[in-house]
Amino acid sequence: MSKASETILAVERVRKRFGGILAVFDVSFELKAGEFLGIIGPNGSGKTTLVNLITGFVKPDGGRVFFKGRDITSFMPYRIADMGIARTFQMVRLFYNLPAYKNIIIPLCSSRVRRLGAGRYGEKDDMAVDLLDDMGFERDSYVPYKTAGSLPHGYLKRLDLARAMALRPEVLILDELFSGMSLSEVASTLPLIEKFHEEGLSIIMIEHRLKELFRVVDRVLVLNFGRKIADGSPQEVMENEEVRKAYLGIEVEIL
Amino acid sequence: MPDRKGIYRKKRLDRGIKARADTIYLIASWREIFYLLLPRAFPVGFLLILPAVLHGYWQKVLVFACVYGLLALSWDLLASCGLFSLGQALFFGAGAYLAGGLNYYLHLPPLVTVPAATVGGGLLCAGLLAPVIRLRGVYFAMVTLMFPLLLMRGIETTGVLGGTHGLSALSPFPGETLTAYLAVLAFLACLFLFRRLINSDYGLVLMAIRDDDRAVMSGGINIYWRKTQALFLAGSVGAFAGALMTHHFQFLGMSAFALDYSILPVAAVALGGQGSFAGAALGSMILVPLSESLRALGGLRIALYCIILMVSIVALPEGLFHYLERKYHQFETRAEVE
Ligand SMILES: Nc1ncnc2c1ncn2[C@@H]1O[C@H](COP(=O)(O)OP(=O)(O)OP(=O)(O)O)[C@@H](O)[C@H]1O
Ligand SMILES: [Mg+2]
Repeated sequence: MSKASETILAVERVRKRFGGILAVFDVSFELKAGEFLGIIGPNGSGKTTLVNLITGFVKPDGGRVFFKGRDITSFMPYRIADMGIARTFQMVRLFYNLPAYKNIIIPLCSSRVRRLGAGRYGEKDDMAVDLLDDMGFERDSYVPYKTAGSLPHGYLKRLDLARAMALRPEVLILDELFSGMSLSEVASTLPLIEKFHEEGLSIIMIEHRLKELFRVVDRVLVLNFGRKIADGSPQEVMENEEVRKAYLGIEVEIL
Repeated sequence: MPDRKGIYRKKRLDRGIKARADTIYLIASWREIFYLLLPRAFPVGFLLILPAVLHGYWQKVLVFACVYGLLALSWDLLASCGLFSLGQALFFGAGAYLAGGLNYYLHLPPLVTVPAATVGGGLLCAGLLAPVIRLRGVYFAMVTLMFPLLLMRGIETTGVLGGTHGLSALSPFPGETLTAYLAVLAFLACLFLFRRLINSDYGLVLMAIRDDDRAVMSGGINIYWRKTQALFLAGSVGAFAGALMTHHFQFLGMSAFALDYSILPVAAVALGGQGSFAGAALGSMILVPLSESLRALGGLRIALYCIILMVSIVALPEGLFHYLERKYHQFETRAEVE
């Protein structure tokens, strides 16, 4: 796996409070270009909030976020996406009354895609179907043309992934992409993500399925009650005493 | 088992022809071509004949209907990207005052003032409303409602641009029939352009902003810039209507910002149906002549008018156009219940 040393994304002591709840507290980490980082933590530990802080959907109470050395802390979500940080949503946000492939047209209309020299008039439909074909929606079947609302959950998750990939991102953030997917769907989607990684994409993956996650990532970051409690190779994290305590119960067995 | 023989129920079927026509442009017979063309060709042909056959008062009503129709189309475009406007009078008034001012003070002919007011009005409205574009739903509606009132009172108290007396003796268009044709052609052109626009990828993005702006933002699309563009388009159409009326009346007054211009387009869309532009067009073509023909009833006119609106909203919440469209593409048969 590629091991570049340049930092592409840096999070410095970000903090967010919702009423009485400290959702994220003083979390710092760096993502190297081409790195595959996993983020784990029990339910409610602040993983989604951290993603929202990076992608601009939630404004931090303190701390900064840098993308390629540029401070993007106060940027609007579309600006951050435009710079090349794409994300998926834990609760997929799609347009259910549109045909599946039309969902992909929206990012293809962005100025980022135009700048990268794609998505000219009349080729967007083909590009969208190509992308979906890559995600396992067979081009010649009826699936890409069915309304998104009529597709099973696993397809929606992959549609959301395709929507993120349509932006041709440099950093891809996956928020529990595999939740609600069947085992066979996970087995067919995981190699795709590994392929993106091998092609040089920097990826942050939040996942509750630790076994799959630990197999593919370079590094793991653990959150608990909004704080970072561990950051290291899968091996190190597995042996960390605090992590084991946070994960009291069945999941320790997986470790 | 009771004997159910002889019990029938109504069965509705969609005509296959429509399903085919929406995707594949392969038309099998003259009958199908006629079937598809009729609902488009008939209203267009009808509207194009009207300016020639109508005279005097009813020709003026036609111009009015087209002007309100333009305002309704403009309203529908904004609604397509989630902006609910109660201030179509702002667009109308901006165009009216730009055209009237240019004509009165600089003596420019309508051939110059109307295009200038169309573009200038669009820019002005987009500029005025861009700062409040982040407001949603009723808050945006309230701000748009305030703007025409504000400008009206501003003109009243400062006396600029003619103040309460207005500007009169403006250049007319050459001929009443020509004006009527201009109104009808602009109305039809706007209807067809907007319908094409909303079915393009550009329109797809606009409607997606209405449905889930966060999802659109995550696709790297500047939703505020898109909404500003929609405001410019809607503002231009409204401003054109205002400029047209100014030269038609040869007079410009504060009434250009009147509440009528804000409310009637919304009522027309409520009657005709939102989201297809054809509904907005149909609604204004019914409401305006209707309200004119009720004029003889005096005060009762408004009451009757309200009743018609309420009945149509309650009985046909989808709008008249969508109802007719559905019925046109369906046929009913009676099927025996087994
Ligand atoms: N918009 C919000 N308003 C109020 N509280 C919030 C909001 N978003 C998150 N929280 C709270 O912040 C905490 C962290 O939530 P977050 O969704 O980030 O956790 P998570 O690690 O993603 O959990 P999960 O594994 O269930 O997805 C939770 O206690 C949650 O209730
Ligand atoms: Mg979460």
